[in-house]
Amino acid sequence: MDKNLRREIILDNFQNPFHKKDGTFDGYIKINTNNESCIDNLDIYFKVEGGYIIDAYFNGEACAISTSATSIMLRRLIGKTILEAENLLKNYQNMINEKPYDENLLEDLIVYDEIYLQPNRKNCALLPSKAIERLVKDLKK
Amino acid sequence: MNREDFEILKSDIIFFDNNATTFKPKEVVDAVVEYYTKYTSNAHRGDYKTSLKVDMRYEEVRELVKDYINAESSKEIVFTSGATDSLNMVAFGFFKNILKKGDEVLITKLEHASNVLPWLELESEIGIKVKYAKLDENLKLTPKSLEESLTKNTKLVSLAHVTNTIGDVRDIEKIGEILKKKNIYFVVDAAQSIGHRKIDVRRSNIDFLAFSGHKMLGPTGVGVLYGKYDLLVKMHPTRVGGGMNSYFESDGSFMYHEPPSKFEAGTGNIAGVIGLGSAIKYINKVGLKNIEKHDQELKDYLLKRLLEVENVTVLNKNAESANILFNIDGVFPQDTAVYLDHYNICVRAGNHCAKLLKDELGIKNTCRISLYLYNTKEEIDKLIEVLKNSKNIFEVVI
Repeated sequence: MDKNLRREIILDNFQNPFHKKDGTFDGYIKINTNNESCIDNLDIYFKVEGGYIIDAYFNGEACAISTSATSIMLRRLIGKTILEAENLLKNYQNMINEKPYDENLLEDLIVYDEIYLQPNRKNCALLPSKAIERLVKDLKK
Repeated sequence: MNREDFEILKSDIIFFDNNATTFKPKEVVDAVVEYYTKYTSNAHRGDYKTSLKVDMRYEEVRELVKDYINAESSKEIVFTSGATDSLNMVAFGFFKNILKKGDEVLITKLEHASNVLPWLELESEIGIKVKYAKLDENLKLTPKSLEESLTKNTKLVSLAHVTNTIGDVRDIEKIGEILKKKNIYFVVDAAQSIGHRKIDVRRSNIDFLAFSGHKMLGPTGVGVLYGKYDLLVKMHPTRVGGGMNSYFESDGSFMYHEPPSKFEAGTGNIAGVIGLGSAIKYINKVGLKNIEKHDQELKDYLLKRLLEVENVTVLNKNAESANILFNIDGVFPQDTAVYLDHYNICVRAGNHCAKLLKDELGIKNTCRISLYLYNTKEEIDKLIEVLKNSKNIFEVVI
């Protein structure tokens, strides 16, 4: 992907994040995600019905990479089943960790395909995935 | 000043995170290496030459620390793993046994986690109350506001000498005087001041003092707990084992050594202690007064230059220690730190382990610049240049 386009997508999702709003609403599962080594700290809220993630939003404080990754990730997750979410997540984590992944499945999440070049930002890109991992685990119980 | 003594400065690193840790002069590194290459032995164990040498060096450092903080006796100096360890020992070895339900511990919302959590633990374990002293509009703790915050139930005041966030230098001499009159215990966390300004535990009537070696040019993993001797006698060890007991029998009887060895169970950080001694000698040679003067000049210069930068907000313009908090408008502090790192400038982003500060400052996260003797005006000029050009910040960090 073109470097400028990649930056534009990330920056746009940082400065105008998708579904970032304060407050708690009925029917949502709240999951906190934070990085021990830094100050990123987000609460992500999921609404799940009939095995589908029908809505999600988030709030908190985090850097440009964490915030934008959460924004893009939530947009991709809404409407997916738990199993689809799990698959998306697995491919996303593989991409961040330089393992084989399905590019088509990830859509615009591929803007982080070179984040491994900055090892100290890998955890930032993985911040939302920690929360989704827990959601999937809890719902599969 | 003295940059040639620091091997690491031969690279082009600009280190502005001296509240987190400090670089080590060659003498300190050499002292540690010498222990490992010339006379490795355990302390207090052998009758052979190298072991005796270790004993001598180890105990010599106790004397150095005693003089450095003007304690009455080297028996009041306990080696620990750092300020956190020291404060935990005081809370759980001493105060847990003498405080009762309803007794109050007075701290401030600017304290580091290591001077908050031990007291919160005691609050939940034995029912003491943790209270927060009033601060003035600049978040400064004055002796007057401290005195006004005392109640008849206050048994202990535990304060950082210098805060690691807004850079408030507390008047511990005056505070010590107030607390002595009222018969209230005084614990001082000197982690941020010990390598920067003179501390006199007797003049300030300090009951317990905690600090770390690595924030004063020494090695990591070593620190000191100072306690008035009669208090150390009453204090319980929080760790027991080898090297600290006089005897133990199968009938269940046992006896511990006198302080300080009562508190030094197991093999200590010998290399660390020897390195700490070397760091104290180094600081004595440079002169704390000279370091303090250098700190002040640099801090004033940094503040003046930062205020020139349009899109930068300084959050503690009244800082007394060489420690400035700032943010670039509209940029998350971690992104700022990553941006500066691109130019080899190391700053800290975050809440700086003072998670209650947000209640007072209204801002959760900031970037922090903390200076020390080897920092220069030229380094500050470089920082200002990079900050002035920060319009391209996202091209660098994304």
